[in-house]
Amino acid sequence: MEESPDQHHEAEIIPEAFSETISDSVFKKFFLEVSSVTIFTLRFFKEAIKPPYEINEVMKQSFLIGYKSLPLVAITGFIIGLVLTIQTRPTLAKFGSESLLPAMVAVSIIREIGPVITALIFAGKVGSGIGAELASMNVTEQIDAMQVSDTNPFKYLVVTRVLSATLMLPILVIFADGVGLLGSLVGVNIKGNVSAYLFFSQIFQSLEFQDVIPAVIKTFFFGFAIGLIGSYKGYNSNKGTEGVGKAANSAVVLASLMVFIIDMIAVQITSVLQS
Amino acid sequence: MPENTTDIAAKTETDNKQNDNVVIEMEHLKKSFGNNHVLRDINLVINKGENLAVLGQSGTGKSVLIKCIVGLVEIDDGKLFILGQNISELKDKDLIEIQKKIGFLFQSGALYDSMTVRENLEFPLRKKLRSLPKGKLELLVKEALHDVGLDEAIDKTPSELSGGMRKRLGLARTLILKPEIMLYDEPTTGLDPITSKEISNLILVVQKKYDTTSIIITHDIECTRMTANRIIVLKDGVCAAEGTYNDLEKSEDPWIRSFFE
Repeated sequence: MEESPDQHHEAEIIPEAFSETISDSVFKKFFLEVSSVTIFTLRFFKEAIKPPYEINEVMKQSFLIGYKSLPLVAITGFIIGLVLTIQTRPTLAKFGSESLLPAMVAVSIIREIGPVITALIFAGKVGSGIGAELASMNVTEQIDAMQVSDTNPFKYLVVTRVLSATLMLPILVIFADGVGLLGSLVGVNIKGNVSAYLFFSQIFQSLEFQDVIPAVIKTFFFGFAIGLIGSYKGYNSNKGTEGVGKAANSAVVLASLMVFIIDMIAVQITSVLQS
Repeated sequence: MPENTTDIAAKTETDNKQNDNVVIEMEHLKKSFGNNHVLRDINLVINKGENLAVLGQSGTGKSVLIKCIVGLVEIDDGKLFILGQNISELKDKDLIEIQKKIGFLFQSGALYDSMTVRENLEFPLRKKLRSLPKGKLELLVKEALHDVGLDEAIDKTPSELSGGMRKRLGLARTLILKPEIMLYDEPTTGLDPITSKEISNLILVVQKKYDTTSIIITHDIECTRMTANRIIVLKDGVCAAEGTYNDLEKSEDPWIRSFFE
C-alpha cells in the first residue's frame, strides 16, 4: 500500500519531534537532579553547623561505618599490595630495577590505588547501605515518625551519616595503605629475601609529603561524596519496596562515578600546585 | 501603605481564633499533587474532647488531611487553625511547639526497626533527657507501656511483635509526649476483629486518660461506631456528609449508607 503524502510527511516529522522530546526530558531531568542535589548539599551544611549536635549518633555511625568496614578493607588492601608487587616485578626485572620494587609499589598504593580502591569498596558497602537504610525508613514512614516526634530527621539521619563517612574513609584508607604495604612485603618475599626493616626503609626514603598529603586530603572528599549521595538517594527515594532497591543501586553507581571524577580533579589540582 | 498597629492587632485577632473550645479549624483547605486535586475545599471545626472519624473511599485524601494537620504535608490554599494558631503564619519555632502537641499513629506503626521497644519510647524524649530527673524517664516509659498493655515487651525489638502489639507500641510512643490532639491513620487496618476491638477500646481509654481530641481515619465501621462522636465522609476532595453514626447510618443517600452496611 502506498503512503499518502501526509503520511510520508508525518514519518519525517515524528522521529524528530520524538527525539526532541526525549532530549528535552533527559536534560530537564538532569538539571532537576543537579539542582536537587545542590539544595540537599546546602541543607547539609546549614543543618551541620546549627546546634544541637548529634554527637552520640555520629559516634555510633562512625563505629558502624568505619570499624565494621575494617575486615573488608584489610583483605582488599592486602590482596592489592600482594598482586601489584607480583605483577610489577617481571617488568622491573627486565630493566634490572628490581630494587625499586618497594618504592614503586608504595607510591602507587599511597598516591592512587589505596585511596581509589578503598573508596570504591566503601561506596559499595557504605553508600549502598546508607541508601537502602534511609529508603527503607522512608517507605515504612519512620522518617515521618521522627518529624512528628520533635526530631529533625535530616540532622539525625543525614548529617550524622555524611559526617561519619567523611571522617572514617581517610582512616580506612590509611589502614588499607598500611595493610597493602604488608601485602607487598609478602609479595617481595615470595621470590626474594628482603627484611621488613629494609623494605620499609626503602619505602620511607622514596616517599615525600606531596605523595601522602594530597592523597589523604582527597579521601575526605571521597567520603563526603559517598555519604552525601547515599543519603540523598535514600532520603528522596520513591515510596514502595522498588524504591529501596533503586536507591541502593543508584547510590553505588553515582558514588563510584563521583570517586573517579573527584580523583581526576584532585590529580589535576595536585599537578598544578606541584609544578 | 503600611498597616497601623491597630489594624495589625485586629488582623492577628481574626487570624488566631480565640475560641478555647475549638481545637482544629479548617477554612477552604486545598491540597493538590500535580494535577491530582486531593483536597478541593475542606471546611471543618473540631472541638475539644471530640473523637471525629473520617470515612471515604481510598484515595479521597483522608490521610492527606491529617498529614496537613501534623505538618507532614503543606497546604496549598485556605486556612488551618490549630489550638487557635493559624499555622501558615507561624514561624518554624512556633510551628514546632504546636506540632509537639499533636500525636500521630501511623498506619504501619512506623516503629524504628533498629531500636528496642524501650529505645523506641525513649527516642521522642531525647531532647528532654538532660532536664528529666533520674528515674523519671524509666517511669515515663513504663507508664506508656502499661497504658497500652505492653509491660512485658520492653526489651523486645519491633520485629518480635505482632501487628496489634506494633500498633500499641506506636500509640505508646506517641502518648509519651502527652499530646493534646491525637491523629490515627487507619488504626485497625490489617488486624483481626478481636485485636481491632482492643485497639478501638484503647483509643477510648487514651481519650479519657489524656483528655485528647482525636481524628480517626478508618475504613473499619465497627471502630467508627465504638469511638466516634461525629463522622465526616470525604468525596472528591470535599466533605460530602457530616453527622453522628446514627444520622449517617440512616442517610437518604445510598452511597453514604453503603459505608455502614
